[in-house]
Amino acid sequence: MIVELLIIAVLVAVACAIPGVFLVLKKMSLISDAISHSVLLGIVVGFMLTHSLSSPLLFIGAVITGLLTVFLSEVLVKSRLVKEDAAIGLVFPALFSIGVILVSRYTGNVHLDTDAVLLGELIFTPLDRLTFMGRDLGPRMIWVMSIILIINLAVLFLFFKELKLATFDEGLSASLGFSPILIQYILMIDVSITTVGAFDAVGSILVVALMIVPAATAYLLTDNLKTMVILSIIIGIVASLLGIAFSWIIDASAAGGMAVMVGIIFFFTFLFSPSRGIIVLKKRRKNQKIEFAIKMLVVHLLHHSNTKSELEECREQHLLEHINWEPRFAKQVVQKAKKDELVTDREGILILSKTGINMAQESMLR
Amino acid sequence: MDKNWAIDAEDITIAYHDKPVIWDVDMQVPKGVMMAIIGPNGAGKSTLIKGLLGLIPLTAGDVKVFGESYKKVRKKVGYVPQRTAVDWDFPTTVLDVVLMGTYGRLGWVKRPRKEEIILAHEAIEKVGMSEFANRQISQLSGGQQQRVFLARALTQNAEIYLMDEPFQGVDATTERAIISILKELKNSGKTVIAVHHDLQTVPDYFDWVTLLNVRRIAGGPVKEVFTKENLRKAYGGRISFLEDKSE
Repeated sequence: MIVELLIIAVLVAVACAIPGVFLVLKKMSLISDAISHSVLLGIVVGFMLTHSLSSPLLFIGAVITGLLTVFLSEVLVKSRLVKEDAAIGLVFPALFSIGVILVSRYTGNVHLDTDAVLLGELIFTPLDRLTFMGRDLGPRMIWVMSIILIINLAVLFLFFKELKLATFDEGLSASLGFSPILIQYILMIDVSITTVGAFDAVGSILVVALMIVPAATAYLLTDNLKTMVILSIIIGIVASLLGIAFSWIIDASAAGGMAVMVGIIFFFTFLFSPSRGIIVLKKRRKNQKIEFAIKMLVVHLLHHSNTKSELEECREQHLLEHINWEPRFAKQVVQKAKKDELVTDREGILILSKTGINMAQESMLR
Repeated sequence: MDKNWAIDAEDITIAYHDKPVIWDVDMQVPKGVMMAIIGPNGAGKSTLIKGLLGLIPLTAGDVKVFGESYKKVRKKVGYVPQRTAVDWDFPTTVLDVVLMGTYGRLGWVKRPRKEEIILAHEAIEKVGMSEFANRQISQLSGGQQQRVFLARALTQNAEIYLMDEPFQGVDATTERAIISILKELKNSGKTVIAVHHDLQTVPDYFDWVTLLNVRRIAGGPVKEVFTKENLRKAYGGRISFLEDKSE
């Protein structure tokens, strides 16, 4: 049971991470939120037609409403009366609310209730078994998610080049004959299928976390698209396993645990990523500022060395008054310049060393 | 239609709703010329290029490339979009971006192989970016970005190159490097069409010019149509800076 649960969680996480990478790079993260809500309408309509929760018609209905969301938002944007974010915000609540009304009015006794829709029931998914001629084939969810994962991997491998081109440069993509619109809809079909599949397990809100957060985290860690896809998948897997363990310990919703964990991983990456983390960036910016200040300092000293105003202009005190630096900052700059042996201090007057003179001359050449 | 024209555009109108950006423009570009499209801001220069490529729908009119519709001769046309049209923070390298120029001849699903990679490296070398081949694109300067875009177009091995402001925001060295590559293309019989901003350099760089301001003001050999009168027609009163220097 537990192993099955973990397998389902990993399948969902991996399947979500793949399309998520392209959504993040296309700056379309919000569309996954929209799709994950409006698919409810398709699922409900499918259920009302078939009276079965496992009919493929539910899937088809959900994918159609997913695409309808994208299409209607684009129609609104093209009217030029509504901006993109507002268009998405107008379309999906409309479709979702119709779905909610239908659920509450016509599907009273079934397991389709609003809690399950929003949060999912990961813990119960292994109970829903697939049987064939009386033999147990394992949880239905493992089969469904495996098929979806295979579809996602197929789309990724077949259309990696096309997805990359259309995401990076729509204009070139169109001029070379790779319709960006077609590619976008391939991606949107993929997002819709994945969302519907993952829906039972993690619900419509947390599926967004599993699509967007691993990709956004990987984006902070790499400069290579392939690595970004692989990292997203790894982050998804780690987050889902840790998340389930975490939810066991505190006895809470498993899907909630997964989403919290992926959020925590993002937070730490945001802080500590060696290439794009906030701490490294802050440090780099501060270093750049000091380096530039040192250049200003040596150029200033060169201007005034061996002139009448040398005594006046080349004092450390002067930097505070004329160049208008904060005392603490001026001290840091002078200290760094001394440490790099660019200047020496002779009775309170800063004298350029040979390297200092060279640096000043080079700086002025640019 | 005449196959001797590289591009033969007739009565092109492009409008957003009822606002025409390009109004009934005729344009014939002979094979093997290097042509500048000039005109004031908002004249519709970029729109015209995009219209020729079918990137935006024509409200009216017809475009023939080597006497055929663009879709049939796609592979003969290389496009260099404005540098600012893409997100340079995209996680990829110089080599990878240049390789994108080979996607057209690869078609759907097929991946670039050794042959394409060699082609890309040659193009990168040609624009003087070899040492940057594996550099992440977010670390490039504006001039380097433009060189990468040019290299990408070179891998298309096209007959016509359509370039949207190839000199915008680039340093003088890059501008010279780009122009010498473009002249080389022209000398090998290719047609180059570029949206251009700097009127001073038009006679040096180009031998053919189209002046545009929503309507086509004039077009033809630089010596014949790059006149004060035509410039004044295209730019209205905003042309004085040019006369200051030339007189």
